[in-house]
Amino acid sequence: MPITPVLTRRWNVPESWTIDTYRRLDGYLALRTALAGEPDDLIKLIKDSGLRGRGGAGFPTGMKWGFIPQGDGRPHYLVINADEGEPGTCKDAPLMKADPHSLVEGIIIASYAVRANRAFVYLRGELVHAARRLHAAVAEAYDAGYLGRDILGSGFDLDLVVHSGAGAYICGEETALLDSLEGRRGQPRLRPPFPATHGLYASPTVVNNVETIASVPYIVNYGVDWFRSMGRERSPGPKIYSLSGHVTRPGQYEAPMGTTLRELLELAGGVRGGRALKAWTPGGSSTPMLTADHLDAPLDFEGMQEAGSLLGTAALMIMDETTDMLRVVRRLTQFYAHESCGKCTPCREGTSWMVQILSRIERGGGDEADVDTLVDACDNIFGRAFCALADGATSPIVSGIKYFRDEFIPVSAVTTRPDTTPDGDPDPAATPGAYAGAH
Amino acid sequence: MAFSPQTHAAAAEIIARYPAGRSRSALLPLLHLVQAEQGCVTTEGVTFCAETLGLTAAEVGAVATFYTMYKRRPVGDYLVSVCTNLSCALLGGDDVYARVAELLGIGHDETTPDGRITLEHAECLAACDYAPVMTVNYEFYDQVDPDGAERIVEGLQAGERPAPSRGGPLCSFAEISRQLAGLPDPRPEGVAGPGVGEPSVAGLLLAEADGWTADDRPAPLVPAAAEQAASAERKGS
Repeated sequence: MPITPVLTRRWNVPESWTIDTYRRLDGYLALRTALAGEPDDLIKLIKDSGLRGRGGAGFPTGMKWGFIPQGDGRPHYLVINADEGEPGTCKDAPLMKADPHSLVEGIIIASYAVRANRAFVYLRGELVHAARRLHAAVAEAYDAGYLGRDILGSGFDLDLVVHSGAGAYICGEETALLDSLEGRRGQPRLRPPFPATHGLYASPTVVNNVETIASVPYIVNYGVDWFRSMGRERSPGPKIYSLSGHVTRPGQYEAPMGTTLRELLELAGGVRGGRALKAWTPGGSSTPMLTADHLDAPLDFEGMQEAGSLLGTAALMIMDETTDMLRVVRRLTQFYAHESCGKCTPCREGTSWMVQILSRIERGGGDEADVDTLVDACDNIFGRAFCALADGATSPIVSGIKYFRDEFIPVSAVTTRPDTTPDGDPDPAATPGAYAGAH
Repeated sequence: MAFSPQTHAAAAEIIARYPAGRSRSALLPLLHLVQAEQGCVTTEGVTFCAETLGLTAAEVGAVATFYTMYKRRPVGDYLVSVCTNLSCALLGGDDVYARVAELLGIGHDETTPDGRITLEHAECLAACDYAPVMTVNYEFYDQVDPDGAERIVEGLQAGERPAPSRGGPLCSFAEISRQLAGLPDPRPEGVAGPGVGEPSVAGLLLAEADGWTADDRPAPLVPAAAEQAASAERKGS
């Protein structure tokens, strides 16, 4: 059973985004089951299923729901993190376009479980087509009585708003997202207090990823044993793996948690042009890169930690043997420098300076101490900022130097670079094309 | 130039979506709205948002300058964004960007002298399996190479609206900005346009080739009562 289409199962059905198609294929059955039971039973169900957050951190979803204080008299909120932007990550966008009702149904069930009467989808601004499909799905759900007052006669009320962001990677960080949703600059908050007690409008709030919440109706329909029949003990269920870069058939491959890159590459036709694998990210650019030595490591939360990386969003960016790792690391570091929100000094200053160092090495103007300076800078950034953006920014550099140190040692420190003009600029005639590779 | 009565009405409609006393949540949508009317976020647009929401201009300006999608100089009819982040770069995204920049004779965050086309290199656009990608007013053109990108941009220059690979048919930057503010796309084909292509269903196609269909499913554990209620409702609808 290498491929297990669960969340992706409706994506190839004509007009998959309409409520008619969704209902024809089991849609909104789970909602009835959920509303017929007690909210606490749903929290227990999701706890028992072992579902872990699919947005990167892997926090147990049922436990997160259980942290919401009950009977506290304050409004509760459910906020969906649909700010997909981690480089390499491209799973939530197709889900929202092809099957928006699975997300809407999951939202209604989750809101009922945590006693939230208002929910928001914080959608990445650039995803305008997903926005259209979600707005249409929400309107259909209101018309069908799945949203609004007294849903299906249960006495439960829920309003759902789709809110488009405005282009800021940092808003994928949950507290920055909440600040942004409150109409502020998207900058992370100091924790504690956590969103479970002081989230949106300082009220108890659950923030969940799209894929996480879209999994909920299936667990309600088919049960814990079915969900746990896929994946591994501590990371159960199916997972959408996104393959991109130097791979023959890039795309979305939904398979049990713990599937390996070797298995996924086999499904995707291997590395382009039959070339050898050089490096890959398990879960987007913020997860430390791995190499061909890790082809058989299970792609789940534990397996990736054991391999010295993180599962992240299971966004597998594949780099073949021709890839210039220095360019890769410099480009990703530019990304973090651009997206750093500026709140914490180590991240704001560190990322910008590291871009300058990497660019200098790339131009052939580095010296022997530069690699050590980079490692030292990363040591002073990791864990010294409010949020994980800073930690993520160090991942490409630290893992790049760990596995490909030779490519970072400036040639100029050893000998005169033959393909460099006197002022240190690369001679375009003598250097290979962009990122070399299969283009 | 004062904002139109329609913009004032739209602002009221947007604010009404958020909880009472939480109108500041409408600030991001309102910034998209003023950008729709003026092509960028002007001082006047900042003032409009501030007065509408009871904020200071400084508070609004701090937000407007934080987010990439709010522009400080007028955007043309078409905003061309070329992804140069890793998955696209590995497959030639930088070459695509260079060709488009050369063709238009402008650089990042600049607009052609006729004021019609704005160019930017974009960070990851969450379509890595379609790399290299570019967007025009945020509609996707997939797996573009420099020649393909050139044809798309030449089409825009000739007054055409080349069909995106996925998404709705192209509309103007003003129209897409209104949608970003949360106002509906008036075109039915805006919703109906293709949402996913082959990479999105790459795994699914393999499963289907092995005999799996979307009707296959594990034995449902749905209580019978819920099934009956659902089928009764379906007949009724």
